[in-house]
Amino acid sequence: MTTSPILEAHELVKSFGDLTAVKGVSFAIERGESFGFLGPNGAGKTSTMRMISAVSQPSSGSLSILGLDPRTHGPEIRGRLGVVPQEDTLELELSVRLNLEMFGRYFDIPREVLRERASELLEFTQLSERANDKVDNLSGGMKRRLTIARALINRPEILILDEPTTGLDPQARHLLWERLYRLKREGVTLIITTHYMDEAEQLCDRLVVMDHGSIVAQGPPRELIARHSTREVVELRFGTDSHDELRDRLTPFAQRIETLPDRILLYVDEGDDTLRELHAAGITPTSALVRRSSLEDVFLSLTGRTLVD
Amino acid sequence: MSNALDTPLGRPRWQRSWWYHAKYYAQTWRGSVASTVLFPIFYLSALGVGVGHLVSAHTGLVQGQTYLHFIAPSLLATTAMQLGEGESLWPVLAAVKWIRSYHAAAATPLEPEDILVGKLAWVVTRAFVTGIVYTVVIGAFGALQSWWCLTLPFIGGLIALAFSAPLVAFAARAQSDGSFTTIYRFGFVPMFLFSATFYPVSAYPGYLRPLVQFVPLYHGVALARAAAFGEGSWGAIALHLTFLVVMAIAGVVWGRRTMRRRLVD
Repeated sequence: MTTSPILEAHELVKSFGDLTAVKGVSFAIERGESFGFLGPNGAGKTSTMRMISAVSQPSSGSLSILGLDPRTHGPEIRGRLGVVPQEDTLELELSVRLNLEMFGRYFDIPREVLRERASELLEFTQLSERANDKVDNLSGGMKRRLTIARALINRPEILILDEPTTGLDPQARHLLWERLYRLKREGVTLIITTHYMDEAEQLCDRLVVMDHGSIVAQGPPRELIARHSTREVVELRFGTDSHDELRDRLTPFAQRIETLPDRILLYVDEGDDTLRELHAAGITPTSALVRRSSLEDVFLSLTGRTLVD
Repeated sequence: MSNALDTPLGRPRWQRSWWYHAKYYAQTWRGSVASTVLFPIFYLSALGVGVGHLVSAHTGLVQGQTYLHFIAPSLLATTAMQLGEGESLWPVLAAVKWIRSYHAAAATPLEPEDILVGKLAWVVTRAFVTGIVYTVVIGAFGALQSWWCLTLPFIGGLIALAFSAPLVAFAARAQSDGSFTTIYRFGFVPMFLFSATFYPVSAYPGYLRPLVQFVPLYHGVALARAAAFGEGSWGAIALHLTFLVVMAIAGVVWGRRTMRRRLVD
């Protein structure tokens, strides 16, 4: 076994005319790792994904996927990747099973192998009972799972998922996450973009935070939180708009304060202690909530903005 | 996680795209097969026999042919054109924008060129098979007078390609289907009517006749007639063939650019 990264990017840039969507990002992904790109819409995640899927070529910088150069080995690399795009791109008029088998032929996989593998994947994504239904009749969560099954038809070494759970209800999301854990256990390298911080915390061993086409932080989720935030956060609501004035009064109580349109966040180590101190000082919010710091707080601290507007 | 057991079949990549299109059609063909056989029969009965009755009473033979025989080959040519259009505008826009199935294909070993060539090869295949059916029907109406008629399915394939290639290229760069209806209304419908389809070029006033040379379908119609009747000069045939081949090549070159820009930029 070699220890070189399964995917390595150095100073990747992607421009479209005057617009530079990705401004020189560098990262390395290890085999078997689950790696995330976290950032708001328009941060350059999808452009980055298209480059590491060996679909679009970088405008500059170097990229190595599975030890190969996508400029010269595109088809060979793509034959060993699975891609789950943001939209499902399924053939709505065809059956669930045919969607898998027909797609598999793009990889030149023999028919008998495809038939067997399609059955396995339908089982894995819990779609066996719907095998002969038209895709048009499936729910959003089922279509998503079918898109994942389709991306696995060539037994990829790397599975690339772009916003895998956007638009899904909580139950469908958890089912999908659970399937992704299973894939990871089987040794598949996962690369995920998301603008949901809970998804990034749940799924990713390591992640980069992107904003405006650049990487603003990278590391394991827990480490990022430890480095860029406090242990706990106190969320206060006052039912008033004059947050600026309140901010001054609250400053002594926290290591850092963020003022959002509807609430004020106090970054502290022990939230309950802070609440007691506030009470003693006669500050009475209409509601107060103590929670652990999350990646959302990391993003807020790094960019001054929230992930989901 | 090895692919060693897959033993890939070694098919060229464009062929996998051709196969996908063919398989898709095979799943959704039911309506179109009946019309492929019935449409030429209706058409030749109504126009060839019905209108032809009036024409023969009024003018007699048209360029040495009965009216039925005169219009039968042009039917094959116009059908090939319509097939080329029908496969190329909306289905391609759907594949690059609405359903995005070409984007899905571009994430597999296929390159944009493979997707394009597979698509066009499929259009030619369909036109060729339709050409065989039409040749048989036209023959059954007695309109075939030369062994050259065996080239009719190939001519059908070429006509479909000459129209399909530039239209696929155009659709691959479209953002909406707004312009498609205009192309139909002001491009294809007039072309269908005025390409010396229903009457010889000599029906036009002298100053209009050279202009017909610039109507693509005219060359297809003229080729189909030449093949059905085994007539026409080699020079004219070479011109018709060249016109269609140039259209096809220009379409492929343009399509390569638009597909690449749409799918992998």
